[in-house]
Amino acid sequence: MRNLAIAVQEAAFLDLRRQRRQATLIGALVLGVCLLLAARTSEFYPSSLAAGLPRIGEYFSRIAPSLEWRHLFAGVGTEGSLAFWFYRLDAWALLLFETAQMAALATLGGAAVALFLAFPAAKNLGAPAWAFQLSRRLLEATRTVPEIVFALIFVWAFGVGALAGILAIALHTAGALGKLFADAMENIEMRPWDGVRAAGGTWAEACRFAVLPAALPDLLSYAMLRFEINLRSASVIGFVGAGGIGEELYKVISFNYYEEISAIILLVILSVVMIDLVSERLRRRVIEVVA
Amino acid sequence: MSTSRMSPAEIASWQSRVPRAFGPSPRGRLLRVVGGVAFLAWLVGTLWWFGVSPARMWNGVNGLFVILRLMVPPSPGEQWVEILQGLSESLAMAFLGTFIAAIIAIPLGFLGARNVVTNTLFRFSLRRVFDGFRGVDQLIWALAYVRAVGLGPLAGVLAIATADIAVLAKLYAEAIENAEKKQAEGIAAAGGSPTLIMRFGILPQVAPIMLGHALYFFESNTRSATILGVVGAGGIGLQISERIRVRHWDEVAFIIILMVLMVAAIDWLSGRVRRRLIGER
Repeated sequence: MRNLAIAVQEAAFLDLRRQRRQATLIGALVLGVCLLLAARTSEFYPSSLAAGLPRIGEYFSRIAPSLEWRHLFAGVGTEGSLAFWFYRLDAWALLLFETAQMAALATLGGAAVALFLAFPAAKNLGAPAWAFQLSRRLLEATRTVPEIVFALIFVWAFGVGALAGILAIALHTAGALGKLFADAMENIEMRPWDGVRAAGGTWAEACRFAVLPAALPDLLSYAMLRFEINLRSASVIGFVGAGGIGEELYKVISFNYYEEISAIILLVILSVVMIDLVSERLRRRVIEVVA
Repeated sequence: MSTSRMSPAEIASWQSRVPRAFGPSPRGRLLRVVGGVAFLAWLVGTLWWFGVSPARMWNGVNGLFVILRLMVPPSPGEQWVEILQGLSESLAMAFLGTFIAAIIAIPLGFLGARNVVTNTLFRFSLRRVFDGFRGVDQLIWALAYVRAVGLGPLAGVLAIATADIAVLAKLYAEAIENAEKKQAEGIAAAGGSPTLIMRFGILPQVAPIMLGHALYFFESNTRSATILGVVGAGGIGLQISERIRVRHWDEVAFIIILMVLMVAAIDWLSGRVRRRLIGER
């Protein structure tokens, strides 16, 4: 009797294990086929990889600065010194400053547009159906198209330069922030809204005096987070001729000015990290003051 | 209603008791004015610096409307096959790049986790290296790899993998640090080696989280793989920038629509896979 029970259990266990092994096998097979297909499509062949890897190593070793310990703090004229590596620091600093201004303007413009579209796009505020649909679709469209694509188009319309980049980032920002803003507005307490409406306030007045004060800390925090993201975008949007440090970076990479590449990238990383730190502190302060 | 008007003296006494209820203090008002003026000065200054003028905006918007009109109706043009090839290339780049990054990030994640590697100096410097890699945008990697291995999707795969390894390793390390200790202690008590502890004590706990992160990165990389071609790293981005260069706006609109559809399809698919493999969360 007991042996039978054990045998039944054993059979069930083996059955389950077989099933799971089969599922794992099928999963691995599907993954393998996908990987092979992907490798074929993306020309990821062993031969090209074997040919490419040494060149990658060579490239990155040439980018690395050739610093010499005894000349490290010597003047611009000495090879191997820090000053020689960053010999155009003043121009790059100006470009970085410009990039930060681009990101700030784009965040400001994008947030302003997002704010106006978020009120009709919030479900709980009862905007007319056409306004709701229109704002939602507009936000979706601007959110899903990458800013580089916008920049490519804007460079044709507005000419080469920072303006195209600012507008491209601002448009993408409007879509991304608009959704977050609308979500924040959907989470507010509705009683102030009812109060303003009951006192005879119009829809716009209710938005201004009931929704905005409640949602403001969230909106500000989202906008400041977006500024950090936009700073990264602004540093590469120059690749398509839309201004900022990206144009300079594109030039030095294309012309193979090896050591300048590492110098600029290091500057970009440093400024991004620095602004992240400052902005995080500022964000906390602002939220404390507003809330 | 039997309300009597407040006397001026009463109002004055209330004003002295709760001044903030009667509007901002003179200092607050001054701060507001100064802040507003400074903001306006900054705005005008930067706009002037970037050469933004109403005339330029007006011309640009007009040009934009011309482009928008030319975009309708979107048309595939004559090179259907090339467009589809570009899309599949983007998808393949995202898949392969994410896969490579996800695999390489596993050992790095273990190395960066506090409960696995106890050497603080080593772990701290590894984390800072991760941060440094994170600061470099995918497009920069793509441009560098194009110079190193030549034009084509291979550069894109490498760019996606390099940019993601550091971020995934950081997320993995955090997941490993948050893992329950008891299982690992059990294995150690039963005499398991450190490798066995990692394999049977930690990995089963963090595998679903790792898989979730990897799938999320696959979605995000599908978006970015569509634009890496702009710098020559393969995929649909190359097609779109070529068509913009020759101003075939109807084809540009068609490709943008296809891009958006592909991204939406991948989001949906990856969401299903995630729910299937790791359940509702």
